[in-house]
Amino acid sequence: MKEKTIRKKKKRLIFRAAMLTVMIGLVVFALVANGKDDQVAVAKGEEAPDFQLKKFGTEETVRLSDLKGQGVMLNFWATYCGPCKDEMPYMEELYDEYKEKGVEILAVNLDSTELVVENFVNEYNLSFPILQDKKGQVMDLYNIGPIPSTLFINPEGDIEEQVIGPLTLEKLEGYLQEISPEE
Amino acid sequence: MNEITCECGHVNPEGTVLCESCGKPVEGNQHIDGNDQKELLNMRYDGSARRSQTYNRTWVDKIWNFFSSVKVGVWLIFITVIASAVGTIFPQEVFIPGNADPATHYRDQYGIAGQIYYQLGFHDLFSSWWYMLLIAMIGISIVIASIDRFFPLYKTLKNQKPKRHELFMKKQRVFGTTETQNVDVERFKANLKKRRFRVYEQDGHLLAEKNRFARWGPYVNHIGLIIFLLGALLRFVPAFYVDEFIWVREGETILISGTDGQYYIENKAFTLETYDKDNPDDARFKEAIENQNGAIPKTFRTDAVIYERTNSDVTGAEAELEQVKEGASTMNNPLKFGDYALYQASYQLNEFKEMSFKIHDKDDESTNYGEFTVDLTNPQSTYELDEGYRVEIANYFPDYELEDGEPVSVSKYPRNPAFVFQLFPPGESEPETSFLGIGANVDAGGENEYKLGLTEFDVRDVTGLTVKKDETLWLIAFGGAVFMIGVAQGMYWNHRRIWLQPRSDGVWIAGHTNKNWYALRMEIDKAIEGTGIEAPVDQHEMKS
Repeated sequence: MKEKTIRKKKKRLIFRAAMLTVMIGLVVFALVANGKDDQVAVAKGEEAPDFQLKKFGTEETVRLSDLKGQGVMLNFWATYCGPCKDEMPYMEELYDEYKEKGVEILAVNLDSTELVVENFVNEYNLSFPILQDKKGQVMDLYNIGPIPSTLFINPEGDIEEQVIGPLTLEKLEGYLQEISPEE
Repeated sequence: MNEITCECGHVNPEGTVLCESCGKPVEGNQHIDGNDQKELLNMRYDGSARRSQTYNRTWVDKIWNFFSSVKVGVWLIFITVIASAVGTIFPQEVFIPGNADPATHYRDQYGIAGQIYYQLGFHDLFSSWWYMLLIAMIGISIVIASIDRFFPLYKTLKNQKPKRHELFMKKQRVFGTTETQNVDVERFKANLKKRRFRVYEQDGHLLAEKNRFARWGPYVNHIGLIIFLLGALLRFVPAFYVDEFIWVREGETILISGTDGQYYIENKAFTLETYDKDNPDDARFKEAIENQNGAIPKTFRTDAVIYERTNSDVTGAEAELEQVKEGASTMNNPLKFGDYALYQASYQLNEFKEMSFKIHDKDDESTNYGEFTVDLTNPQSTYELDEGYRVEIANYFPDYELEDGEPVSVSKYPRNPAFVFQLFPPGESEPETSFLGIGANVDAGGENEYKLGLTEFDVRDVTGLTVKKDETLWLIAFGGAVFMIGVAQGMYWNHRRIWLQPRSDGVWIAGHTNKNWYALRMEIDKAIEGTGIEAPVDQHEMKS
């Protein structure tokens, strides 16, 4: 075969491969972006975006980045959401044990009326920090759809697990174990 | 890979059907365009070597050739059309009732067919992965098929010479012979030029050509389509496209979704105006208004203030806001700020905001032992009244409903507020408990002396706004414009060529066009006027 034709052939192969790569790349981008649209909350494996919110009933604020090195369970809830009520006692039950192991539970509340939240917290005797997101900023940041939605953040600050919908006690304990810092 | 040297001396690439220069059918390649059994030549792409028909060695070539096939492209379009049609059998997800869960709705409403419909993703067709994949494959097919056809065709038309092979002439659809020595070639050339043909000459052979650019129409059209698709693709990038929806209550300041925490909105007022037959402005509609039962909305308007966050602190921290705009959004007249526009899209009227109560004797509503007002968005836990009475809110349900015999709130919005009040008369430590809601006033113990009565309430409206940002429109419009230019280019102009070949006993004439053969023959008829050349015939028509 002539050298010229071999060169031409090679050039053609490179051109075709490049065109196909670009087009398949665009298609993959479209499919992934489309999938992301439906998906709520920050995806597994991504870094949890930082935020800062007031602790309910105090002037104290909690900032996520200050909790690096600890596991963080980030729970989005509201008093008017039935399944949220069901999982609150589980969280309360495990809170002290895992607090000692270096896992913090942050329950971001989406209610707008403080009295309602106060009554709820008293009724359920909740001791973990309740954070208030009255303007919905953190909810927007995390792209939260239906509640309850729970994110388990590992000590490195990445999302380890993402649960949309209610948790059972066993599941909750399993996830908390996953994000416990190594001894 | 073998190049083909034609007897005219031109070197053609492998897979050529008709010599690029003289048009002689290349032996052994006639099956490609199905010419072997036919009397006429298939002139598509001028017999150029379409690469897809020749190289098929690596898997890259195999994928390439798959998409290069027009047959595959047509199938892809056909499947997409069928899928789109099926997608109209049951309503799309956006049109089912808002509170219905699509996972169960389709099965409940349409049975097993609905279940299948849902599971295959027909309920949200345009976002289902396989539908998008079909569109993407059509896009890829358009690109590859165009590349594979445009370049060879361009090269062939560029390389064509006036001197044509006998067989090429004879096998043209429009062909004629003239046996005379008196042919006025100069007049023929002049006639052609008058008809705006470009005339090329080689050893007495003539080629007259016009409107070659019409052949590029389909490719221009495809470029437009690809630009259009790229514009649609950019809509997945939030920097280019935002489409969100927010509810804002009167008096409330909230974050505008989709603006990356940058903009906030305060709803000053929502107004729903209706037509009023007594208003002089609306007097001309009097009859129509009277014929209609109920109010006819005239304007939906939100008066709002837009704030921009000035501190770039972490999300959730107290935002420092600076007013950037104050204005109104009415139907189809959005409130614009930055790259965003807020469209009036929905509303809810008369959500409770404040409720006032008074304490009176259980049996006598005219008595009054004190009044207090509850701000429903931020109720206090205790209300101390001047008269020495104290009222505590033991429980508050903003959106009250009875669920399994238990009072619960189904949302955070005070749409149907209900309270459990504890009333402490002066000096008493034992409260009287009562439950109060809209249309409900229950004495919990049955032994209460006092009763709480609703005296007044205040309501507010909620506006629903669509947050829009669209930086892709110009690209989509540009793609559409290119598309139309391509359509016009290929549609309203025809590529016409006329060949004249000197023979020992006269001349041969042949003609080709990509469409509108009748017009070509008319044109030839005019061009041969007074030249002694006989009118050619349409060999295709003769056969049928």
